[in-house]
Amino acid sequence: MNTTSTEVAAAAGREARGEFDVWRIREDFPVLRQTVHGKPLVYLDNAATTQKPRAVIAAIDRFYTADCSNVHRGVHLLSERATMAYEEARGKVRRFLNAASEREIIFVRGTTEAINLVAHSFGRPRLGPGDEVVLTHMEHHSNIVPWQLLCEEKGARLRVAPIDDRGELIFEEFERLLRPCTRIVAVAHVSNALGTVNPLRRIIEAAHARGIPVLVDGAQAAAHIRLDVQDLDCDFYAFSGHKLYGPSGIGVLYGKASWLEQMPPYQSGGDMIRTVSFEKTTFNELPYKFEAGTPNIAGAIGLGAAIDYLDSIGLEQAAAWEQELLAYATERVGAVPGVRLIGTAREKGAVLSFVMEGVHPHDIATVLDRQGVAVRAGHVCAQPVMERFGVPAIARASFAFYNTREEVDVLVTGLQKVREIFG
Amino acid sequence: MEELRDLYQEVIVDHSRRPRNFRVMADATATAEGYNPLCGDKVMLYLKLEGDVIRDVAFQGSGCAISTASASLLTESLKGKTTAQAEELFEGFHKLVTGSGAPDKELGKLAVLRGVREYPMRVKCATLVWHTLRAALKGERQPVSTE
Ligand SMILES: Cc1ncc(COP(=O)(O)O)c(C=O)c1O
Repeated sequence: MNTTSTEVAAAAGREARGEFDVWRIREDFPVLRQTVHGKPLVYLDNAATTQKPRAVIAAIDRFYTADCSNVHRGVHLLSERATMAYEEARGKVRRFLNAASEREIIFVRGTTEAINLVAHSFGRPRLGPGDEVVLTHMEHHSNIVPWQLLCEEKGARLRVAPIDDRGELIFEEFERLLRPCTRIVAVAHVSNALGTVNPLRRIIEAAHARGIPVLVDGAQAAAHIRLDVQDLDCDFYAFSGHKLYGPSGIGVLYGKASWLEQMPPYQSGGDMIRTVSFEKTTFNELPYKFEAGTPNIAGAIGLGAAIDYLDSIGLEQAAAWEQELLAYATERVGAVPGVRLIGTAREKGAVLSFVMEGVHPHDIATVLDRQGVAVRAGHVCAQPVMERFGVPAIARASFAFYNTREEVDVLVTGLQKVREIFG
Repeated sequence: MEELRDLYQEVIVDHSRRPRNFRVMADATATAEGYNPLCGDKVMLYLKLEGDVIRDVAFQGSGCAISTASASLLTESLKGKTTAQAEELFEGFHKLVTGSGAPDKELGKLAVLRGVREYPMRVKCATLVWHTLRAALKGERQPVSTE
């Protein structure tokens, strides 16, 4: 995108006032500087995946250009450098989450794999006939299906805490589901479909008061809310690198060491063992017990670089800007004739889902795409949410700190075109 | 805007807002269900066959403008056709929307969906009902999925 002189002037004005300098930050994201269908790209699908700053791309490039080697396996220099870089990334994640120890940071493929790991290694040994797993109605499929399969296998039951018309968890109902037979609570920090921020602290306190552990699906939160897993006291926290300005194929499972030590491995093979004979294998210590095989080394390094980048711009400042965009977009999109917003919780992440009377979300997305605007359309992997709100699908605009108010305006103009075409 | 009008022609918008033959057919002799898991489009297709002649066609479901208009246009173009002619239409329509061959002149009104070929992500929306038709004619029980 060409930075015009008015933009430069506006940015200078903002900077003088000590405001968030989005135009300068956009320079860090090469992908944003392009046109699609002849229009400047307006990327509003950040809940699906975020774009990568140059620093992340460079870190991955550097690894493959200079340090490429396997980790934990060689005495040669390259292997040493790769191992150091990989473990340094783990240290960055620990600090990012304020976890007590690097032993509690397990690199996985993403949120989905992290949840599957917990379902397999933590849930399976603990769940029996008549036991229950408690979720909320706003979960992403990846925090539903692993539990559903496990419950089927074990004769256990899935209990779903309801949400209200705003898309907020009905806390009293949730609390009522916590019973002596509840083995785990699995809950999204932020809903990908509704944007709702769940009251994690209350959820965790209520569960812990009854001795129930809590897994948090942090896919939509980690890049937008400052985390402190010790303060939250969650038992597990899962997130994906690609939604945090890092590469895809890497994610993190945080788990309390006291749990992880008790849990059997998820996958087995190289790296996760201490000794192997044909009679018996003993497993490696944490976190390696859960990292079988050659890991995504470049991915972990890229994620570390993404965390550094977020630190450099300030997660709180970035989040404040996203909230400003959300408020502006909520007002402007909400005022387009025929638009109904889906998800109007009092505390929200920068996700704006909506439907338009008489127009299917897919047609909205196609029309917007031709204006250069990328939004998501569909059930967004949350079919129970669609059913709750009585819609087959939604259109979803989701914001990152590199988005601008001007981009919100382009979105709104695009929606007016939708109205023109569909009457 | 002009480009978008190639896709969303008046006829398509009209059929999507007021789909023809949009009803349940109680005395259907063949039915099939189609589903596009990616976008959640659903279609239930009803046929009344006499020998190998399609006497009546109807559908129900929910979907985007393209899939609804495609289903509506299909019902209009199939009445009175033989199953062999329906199969020919399927082939012709598929070529039309994927741009993989010269569009058949015989397609009639269906040709308004030609614009879909410029939108690769939307081809499945247009073809869902046609795959569902094939399943109904073959008497398949499993819902058709585009994935
Ligand atoms: C709330 C939530 N949970 C889980 C996931 C799954 O993440 P991934 O596909 O990176 O494993 C997503 C991503 O779409 C999400 O938004």
